[in-house]
Amino acid sequence: MSAYDDADQHVNSEPTQLDDDPIRVLDEDGNVLPNAAVPDLSDEELLAMYEDIALARRFDQRAISLQRQGRIATYAPMTGQEGAQVATSYALDDQDWLFPTYREHAAKYVHGMSLESLLKPLRGIREGYAIPDDVNVMPEYIPIATQLPQAMGMAWGQQLQGQTDSAVLCHFGDGATSEGDFHEGLNFAGVFDVPAVFVCNNNQWAISVPRDRQTASETIAQKAAAYGLEGVRVDGLDPLAMYAVTRDALAKAKNPTGDERRPTLIEAVQYRYGAHTTADDPSVYREEDEADAWRQKDPLDRLRNYLSAEGILDEAVDAEIDDRVDAQIDDALATVEAVETDPERIFEHVYEEMPERLREQRDELLALRDKYGDDAFSEVLE
Amino acid sequence: MSSATRATAESGTDSLTIVEAVRDGLYTEMSADESVMVLGEDVGKNGGVFRATEALYEEFGGDRVVDTPLAESGIVGTAIGLALSGMRPVAEMQFMGFSYPAFDQLVSHAARMRSRSHGQYSVPMVVRAPYGGGIRAPEHHSESKEAFFVHEPGLKVVSPSTPSDAKGLLIASIRDPDPVVFLEPKLLYRAFREDVPTGRYEVPLSDAAIRRTGTDVTVYTWGAMTRPSLIAADNVAEEHGIDVEVVDLRTLSPLDVETIVDSFTKTGRAAIVHEAPKTGGVGAEVATTIQEHALCYQEAPIERITGFDAPMPLHALEDYYLPQAVHIQEGILEAVAF
Repeated sequence: MSAYDDADQHVNSEPTQLDDDPIRVLDEDGNVLPNAAVPDLSDEELLAMYEDIALARRFDQRAISLQRQGRIATYAPMTGQEGAQVATSYALDDQDWLFPTYREHAAKYVHGMSLESLLKPLRGIREGYAIPDDVNVMPEYIPIATQLPQAMGMAWGQQLQGQTDSAVLCHFGDGATSEGDFHEGLNFAGVFDVPAVFVCNNNQWAISVPRDRQTASETIAQKAAAYGLEGVRVDGLDPLAMYAVTRDALAKAKNPTGDERRPTLIEAVQYRYGAHTTADDPSVYREEDEADAWRQKDPLDRLRNYLSAEGILDEAVDAEIDDRVDAQIDDALATVEAVETDPERIFEHVYEEMPERLREQRDELLALRDKYGDDAFSEVLE
Repeated sequence: MSSATRATAESGTDSLTIVEAVRDGLYTEMSADESVMVLGEDVGKNGGVFRATEALYEEFGGDRVVDTPLAESGIVGTAIGLALSGMRPVAEMQFMGFSYPAFDQLVSHAARMRSRSHGQYSVPMVVRAPYGGGIRAPEHHSESKEAFFVHEPGLKVVSPSTPSDAKGLLIASIRDPDPVVFLEPKLLYRAFREDVPTGRYEVPLSDAAIRRTGTDVTVYTWGAMTRPSLIAADNVAEEHGIDVEVVDLRTLSPLDVETIVDSFTKTGRAAIVHEAPKTGGVGAEVATTIQEHALCYQEAPIERITGFDAPMPLHALEDYYLPQAVHIQEGILEAVAF
């Protein structure tokens, strides 16, 4: 918390004046800061980015409500983090790889996954993890920080195979910086100088543990120095800043100049407005007014204000966007709620070819189901 | 029901769920012994993601109920050092499926500090972890991989299935001079209540419990599978007149060979039930133990009713993955029909 508050004192100064001062393009009201460069995006691209953030916000509200109604299982909310998720994926090229956590719903969507694919696992249907051939997204990572060494390895492998036009972008939270895999992944990335961008979504809390109990470092970005990487601190609630910084980091990863190092650690300073998941109650460990303070810097509001001031968005267009995102979510939900999965799916994709012992186990289950019916399979849960 | 409890001074009981009994066990030991401390992710202010440590932070303070950074290897490695210093740490893994980063610390160090130092150092610590399926949790939250830990010499592995066992086994684990992996079946955390003795008592880490006596066939099980096993036993008694004995192993390492073998020499038939995958599961160890000690009493092949050799599916299909009473009935009938 404190690092962000300190940085607030420099809100009207040059964006990169201090090392630990988060880079910004927009102030809290959506005005372009003095000396800040608005990234080179067309009006259409800016509007599309805004619509995707609006979609993510609405998806999040709907998902929490669906969980409360028992229509989906445990869900990890992202409100407050949609701007960083959408903007970082806008910075990716199609051939770049995305390594998401369980909270990067919007990042995955923008990089090519469907809303249906996000909803299916929440309905307990593994088929939603299926990834289209032309989409470079890894399945969500639920264990913490495990994806960092893998992202490094993917970037390294591409480099070894001469694929210099693609890079890897890897998300994780502030809690992940405590895990060994964070340090091993970044250390390897530095040693082998791979085209990877590591985005720490510093949302201030790892369930109930605040950032200052995760690390005694003043910032997370400064940890990059230990591994010989560039570290950048960005206002994660400023989508334009997140886009610009990620775009630059990806460009450098693919094509460094001089003695630049390819990998970058981006610290996106932001906040998880809501609970860690729908199974968590943040009122046990933090004050509600803390979240209210961060809501004043909201990414959706800031971008809306900026686009309105620029004449790119008006109320009528905004209302159309609202209707459109609602309809998209309704359609996806209807599709997914109509899906029935089959117990045979349990045995699929464990190996490329199903071993005999698994075939036998599958046949035994199906025979038992034929004999006793589906009702006999709910006793353990009763 | 075998009840090897040793109640002490205070008498009386409280009606508790398993998760409340775990908390009561921690509270009881922390009150009795200042060297007992709790550490892990979210165990302090939040009281643990399942509330197993609720109110302990307020009672004992942040030095004894410690919210750590998010790092399982760090938590277990630190606990080893704490234990070496004379503390009695109880480390929480939020879910068994997240314990793997700590696996190296557990198997390379906690398990063999005593043997490596030729008895000079010991690591009296407990690693608690909720495990098993059935609560509609996301991927990696429903793991049942007790075999990983049972395979490691130097570790003890415990899995209670009742509130009074949860408390008594946990206290015994904390008092134990060796490292104990304490696996809590989270499906049962709030499933039912039971009268649990107040105060300090231990359920020894050496005794299985006979939950139902019978003469025709023995069902060996533990953790959350104890309940469907008892349902299946009642069903086959009613429908087929088969008299089933149900043995709840409670401690998976070391196994209570005597109770396992005694029951089998009585019935001559066995069905082993666990929710972990079949291949390399603890059921294989139980079956071999029976054959080593009681081959001449064996009247039928030993049946195994287990989870499949496939990852636990997401929740839409998890009740097809978990052994149900009907699976267990079929296994019992097979063992008897031979």
